[in-house]
Amino acid sequence: MNRFYVMLGVLTLALGAMLVYLLQTNPSAPRAATEAPATVVDDGFRGYTIGRDSAPVEVVEYVDFECPVCASFAVVQLPTIKEQLIATGRVKWRYRDFPLNIHKYSFFAAHAAQCAGEQGKFPEMHDQLFGNHRWAQTGQNPTGLFREFAKTAGVDVARYDACMKSGRFAARIEFSRQEGLQRNVNGTPTFFVNGTEVRSSRLPTSDDFKKLVDAIPVRRK
Amino acid sequence: MRHRQSIAILALVGWFVALYLGLHALGIGGELKCGTGGCETVQTSRWAVLFGVPVAFYGVVGYTAILAVTLVGLQPAWLARRGPSLLVAALATGGVLFSAWLTYLELFVIDAICRWCVTSAVIMTAIWLVSLHALRTPATRTDP
Repeated sequence: MNRFYVMLGVLTLALGAMLVYLLQTNPSAPRAATEAPATVVDDGFRGYTIGRDSAPVEVVEYVDFECPVCASFAVVQLPTIKEQLIATGRVKWRYRDFPLNIHKYSFFAAHAAQCAGEQGKFPEMHDQLFGNHRWAQTGQNPTGLFREFAKTAGVDVARYDACMKSGRFAARIEFSRQEGLQRNVNGTPTFFVNGTEVRSSRLPTSDDFKKLVDAIPVRRK
Repeated sequence: MRHRQSIAILALVGWFVALYLGLHALGIGGELKCGTGGCETVQTSRWAVLFGVPVAFYGVVGYTAILAVTLVGLQPAWLARRGPSLLVAALATGGVLFSAWLTYLELFVIDAICRWCVTSAVIMTAIWLVSLHALRTPATRTDP
């Protein structure tokens, strides 16, 4: 019996040591634009949108650029949604940042998208970040890669660099995240259609969104 | 006794696996050491949180309960009693069903496999099988 407890103790120590090893973090992330500021101020910004302002339905997506499910949705489902619902003027799509704290670079990626958005290139940067999502699996510092994405997205790189260095949209991103928390968002992507959360046992597809939008009666002016 | 010792060892290993996933969910330790992107896909999906609590912590609680009951069951006063074996079998049954649901989500909903989650599911299944075997075996008193 005593031998068993000695073995259990040794196993506990070995597993504890392994846990400490596994929790060793990678080299620190770039400082600028990577973290939420101590004070968060509402600058009135409520997310970049695609689609017409006159669209009768608004979909709000809480998004994390490092989230693989968000990437899958952006690459697989969103093109059809754009074609069927957004380009036809039925839906306006609004992006709200919800960087998850388990991701090392999602806040940084959100900031890169905001810096591109400042120059009117949010959709292009969004597509770059999600369309080349391997960066999220390497764990390597993506500063240079995001700069390349910005260049490809048609962003003025000098202004982008200054924006990223200043981290001036950090408060805006954190405000969006806190807004999401208040709306009980606890994962990404989370969608709201005209203010109502889309609850599903699986990731909604373009067909699901079409059905949801079809079910909303069109208001006649 | 051998059954309970085996379950204690398995529960201890499972507890560390669940704790690792739970700490990751709290943002401690950076990215999961996974080898593929599957762990991140699963851990960042909306099914990684249940009732506001990261799913991994349900595992931590489950393994803690199994380990505690088993260690009590290994005490001389409890060795010949079936109560601890019954309780562990009941806990493990719940654990296996929960693991099966999570594995189903990984395979058919999220479309990604988290190796740590699979490891936990295998450990819980092993505990369940050993606990069932223990119930079929007459309890014998084995003094130290």
